[in-house]
This record gives sequence, C-alpha cells and structure tokens, in this order.
Amino acid sequence: MATTTDAGPEAPAKIHAKRRPGDIVFSGTALGAGIIILAVLAAVTIFLVIESIPAFTTPADENPLLKGKTFLEYTWPLVFGTIWSSILALVMAAPLAIGIALFISHYAPRRAAAVLGYIIDLLAAVPSVVFGLWGGLVLAGFVQPFYVWLNTYLGWIPLFSGQVSATGRTILTAALVLAIMVLPIMTAICREVFLQTPVLHEEAALALGATRWEMIKMAVLPFARGGMVSAAMLALGRALGETMAVTMVLSVSGVVTFELLTATNPTTIPANIALQFPEAYGTGVSLLIATGLVLFVVTFAVNAIARWIVNRRAEFSGAN
Amino acid sequence: MSTATATATRPSTNSFSNGRLPKGTSWLLLAGSLIVMGLVFFLLNIDQPVANYNIVAAVFLGAVLYAILIFVVASIVEGRRNATDRFITAVVSAAFIVALLPLISLLFTVLVNGLARFDIEFFSSSMRNVIGDGGGALHAIVGTLLITLTATIISVPIGLMTSIYLVEYGNSGKLARAITFFVDVMTGIPSIVAGLFAYAVFVIFFGAGYSSGFEGAIALSVLMIPVVVRSSEEMLRLVPNELREASFALGVPKWLTIVKVVLPTSIAGITTGVMLAIARVIGETAPLLLTAGYTQSMNWNIWDGNMMTLPVFVYNQYANQGTNPDAAISRAWAGALTLILIVMVLNLAARFVAKFFAPKTGR
Repeated sequence: MATTTDAGPEAPAKIHAKRRPGDIVFSGTALGAGIIILAVLAAVTIFLVIESIPAFTTPADENPLLKGKTFLEYTWPLVFGTIWSSILALVMAAPLAIGIALFISHYAPRRAAAVLGYIIDLLAAVPSVVFGLWGGLVLAGFVQPFYVWLNTYLGWIPLFSGQVSATGRTILTAALVLAIMVLPIMTAICREVFLQTPVLHEEAALALGATRWEMIKMAVLPFARGGMVSAAMLALGRALGETMAVTMVLSVSGVVTFELLTATNPTTIPANIALQFPEAYGTGVSLLIATGLVLFVVTFAVNAIARWIVNRRAEFSGAN
Repeated sequence: MSTATATATRPSTNSFSNGRLPKGTSWLLLAGSLIVMGLVFFLLNIDQPVANYNIVAAVFLGAVLYAILIFVVASIVEGRRNATDRFITAVVSAAFIVALLPLISLLFTVLVNGLARFDIEFFSSSMRNVIGDGGGALHAIVGTLLITLTATIISVPIGLMTSIYLVEYGNSGKLARAITFFVDVMTGIPSIVAGLFAYAVFVIFFGAGYSSGFEGAIALSVLMIPVVVRSSEEMLRLVPNELREASFALGVPKWLTIVKVVLPTSIAGITTGVMLAIARVIGETAPLLLTAGYTQSMNWNIWDGNMMTLPVFVYNQYANQGTNPDAAISRAWAGALTLILIVMVLNLAARFVAKFFAPKTGR
C-alpha cells in the first residue's frame, strides 16, 4: 500500500522553479561569460592563424627575417632551443622539486610545513623580469668559474666541450633560471599529491617496521607517480613559454648545438619574438606570429596531456 | 649463537637506545662537518681578502661531507637500512635549503642594488629628455597601474560570472566540463602568445602600427581570466549547500540567492584570488613589450599611444643601457625593487583579507 502511494506521485513530482526575469538575465550572463572564454581561446587560434598566413604566401627572399631561408629552416633552431632549454630546466628542477615537496610533506614538523610552503610560493611571486635581471647580472657571473672548472675537468664530455663563455650567459645559465622559476609550481603539485597518500598505507608500512624512507618508497611514491608526471609536464609547459628570463640571460646566436658552456647558444621561440618584434615589419611580423603559433600548439599539447593525466587520476583514485 | 654471547657480554645501560645513534649525533655531525669545511676554505683563502671567501662552496661541501659521514656512522651503529634513511633525510633537507639560496640571493641583491636609486626623483619624474643618469619611473608606474586596472575591470566580471556558471548553473554538464578543461589549458598559455594575440586582433581592426595601453590590458586579461575563474570557482564550491537550500526554502529566487547569500559568504576568498591574479599579471613583461610598447614620456591616455610599464621599464633599462650603463642598471634595479614591493604587498594583503574577512562558519 505504502509503496504504491509513494510511486504514484513520484512521476509528476519534478517541480520547475518559476523563471523570473532576474533569473533569466543572471543565468544568461553567467552562461555568456563562460562562452566568452571558449570564444577567446578560439579567437587566439584564429587570429594568430590569419596574421601568420602572409609569412607563407610571400616568397622567402622578400621576408626581412627569413632572408631566403625556408620557414622550416628558420623555425627548427628555435624549436630546438626552446625544447632543449626547457628539458635542461626540467632535469634540474624535477629532483629538487620532489625533494622539497617530500621535505615539506613528510619531513618538516607539521607546524612549520605551511610556512615552508609559503616561502617556496614566494619564488612564484617574483616577476619574471626580475629573475631575468638577477640571472643576467648576478647568476651569470657567479656560475662562470664553475663553467671553467667543468670545461677543464669534464671537457671530454661533449656537453661541456668548446670554448667557455667569458660572461657565463650560456644556455645552461638560462636553464638554471628557468629551473628556479618552475620550481614553485612543481613543488606545489607534488606536495599536494604526496599529502593525498592514504594515511593507512603509510601507517601500515611503518607498522611493518619500515624506516621513513622505505615507507615513502613503498607507499608515497607509487601513489604519487601520475601526479609527479603531470607536475613535470605543467612545469615543462611553463618553461617552454617563459620569455624574459631567457631573453635577458642568454646571449643568442640561433645555432643548433648541444654544447652548454660556449658563447654561441641556441635561442628560444619566445626570446626570439621578444628580441625581434620591436624592429620587425611587414611579413617579418607574420613570421614571428607563425613561430608564436608553433609555440602555442606545443604548449597547448603539453598542458592538455598533463591535465588529462591529472583528471584521469582524480577519477580513479578512490583512496581519498 | 655467537651474536647472543656478544650482546650478552656488552654492558648496555638502556635497551631502547641500543643499536641507535644517540639523539644529538646528527646535529653534532652536521655542525662538525660545516666547521671542518669552513676551516678548509679559510686556509685556502688565508692570503686573500675576506670578500673572496667562498661561503657557498664551504656550506655545500660541508653538507656533502655530512651526508657521507652520517651514512658511514649510521651503517656502523644502526645498520644499512637506517643509514639509507638518514642519508635520504639529509638529501631531502638539503634540497629545500638549495631552493632557498636563489630566493635569498635574489631578494638580497634586488634590495641592495635597488636602494641606490630608490629616491624621490625616481618616483617623481619620467625618462623624458634624460640622457645618462637621473630620471625616474613615474611614467612606468602610472602605465602599470592604468593597464593593470583596466585588465582587472575586464577580467573580474567575466571570470566571476564564469565561475558562477560552473558552480551554480553548469551541473557538470558537457559545456561546464569543456569550460573547466579549456580554462585549465588557458592557464598554460605562454604570456608572449597572449601578447601576439592582442597584437593580431588590433592589427586587423585598427591597422598596423596601432599601439595603446588598452591593447596591453587585453593581453593581460587573457592571462588573468583563467586565474580568476579557478580561484573563485574554488571559493564558491566552499559555500555550504545548506545556505543555498535555506534560501530556496524561503522562496528566494536563485539569482538573488547567489547575489545575497553565496557571494557575500565567499567574498573574502574571491577578493584574495583576484589580488593574487593581479599580483601575477602586474609583473608580466613579454605581452606588454609587444602591445603597449615603450616610451620615455608620460602617457595618461590608455586608448592611444605607447605606454610604459614597470616591467618593460626594467627590461628596457637593462637591454638599452645608453650612454651611462651604470645609471641605467641602477634604474633597472630600482624598478625591480618597486615591482617586487608591489607584488609582495599585494600578496600579503591577499593573505590578510583571506585570514581576517573569512566568514565565521561556527564549526
């Protein structure tokens, strides 16, 4: 009896709220704002494509920047420099960021952890132009003696061979500055995933007699693997697009070389745009915009993959 | 059997500390290795001026010495597993210290070098007709404030309304998920691409050679909107559903519920997010270099003409040092100091707002 009366009114029970004019206007504005964001992203792509077309349609001889080279010949060294410097930065930043994140999440006293995290976040607050200034005027001079040392004793490794730059403004210095700049974002994400490790797993490991490091190796790191990968990808995306630090630190010559310590260095897409843009004109501008489009596509792909890994992890980790 | 006799013959005062290093050992070892390395470098440096003392190398090698020592000592007393644990503890702590070094060095140099030109002239004059030393950054500060203000006025309504859509109307539908995904991706747009975008838009509508502060503000908005969306969305989700339901139960329309109940509850968090977003874009250089350009004179009109901004000022003084490089570099440092102070004040104010104006949840 009771079941039938309950089932009866359930079908028409969905009451629609009265649509007042205020509601319609407000929800319409909210929806519109959301669509604007999608439109802006689409507009970024479309406008960049439109503006870069002249670089391909006009002959290469007439382009003030190409000087007879093809688009690929011009862009390839830039793409190489961008990826090379970012990977160098990532190689230096990743172990450090994981170490810092572990220190904050599992080694530091609980009370100090928040303050320590805030100190690392301070690094993220420093504007990139200040990093560039510091990297060019302070860090480059500071690391130059180390480069001489590396070249003298480890010069047989191809990476450290060649004539050492006298100013220290090499691709390795630029990568160092980039590494410092991506450290905060990587640390923040790693810290978050480390803290999400199920406490029961950690306690179980400790109860079996594991030391703290064994507990981290068995419980924390396997759990956080996906998060660490995506943190590295996000940091990579940040490093790929960083402009000022590279522009101000590097003395560029736009070559393709793996030598880290010489005065002839590859340049990156954003640094090249920042240096050439103020003096560029006509199809030269179109060419720079086309390289910017390449950068946009690369960073878009890197970020999308990283976000996909994060989201996939969020769906399947039922542990928290 | 032999082990049992060995332990039996050794007199042990406390069974819990047996096979463990005494409590202060690691600290003593750390202090010891730092002192040893400090002395070594002191002896290497003995016939040179004190300024040449290589303190970074001394501390670094001291830490390396400590890591080796603690590993050896702990392997002898505590066994291999505990030794590895202590070694990793040393390495992880060192990673944190290493990350602090650039931060300290950067803040220190900016402060020391920036104070030289951190004077009244710097804040009261532009660079117009200035060759060599003198001059100031008033035009850049005004430009930065105007452009950032315009970018904020554009970004905050769009960002806030989008987050309201995502939390209150989206219902995790397809559109809401697409917006969330693309906002995440937009966070990663390289700042220089945002500058190129604004440039491309204005070239198409206003012709080549157009340059204005407003163009720069558009570029900054592209970078700022996703940050505002993310932070406000997080804050709106923190508002307890009971509050909304109580309001609905009283017959309040949905939009009034949002305006009168949800937003006031989360306003502190949203303000914090907006201030952090401002702090992020106020230091952007690359997009402004391409859009607002640079000038040596004051420009109050955001709609027309090149407009100097503080980050571009720093870059310009560094890149084009002119006839008196020292003066230009001092101006660059002073500009950097001003910029860092603005960002730090914004950050601290944001934390303050978050802490003191947060709603009392009563739990």
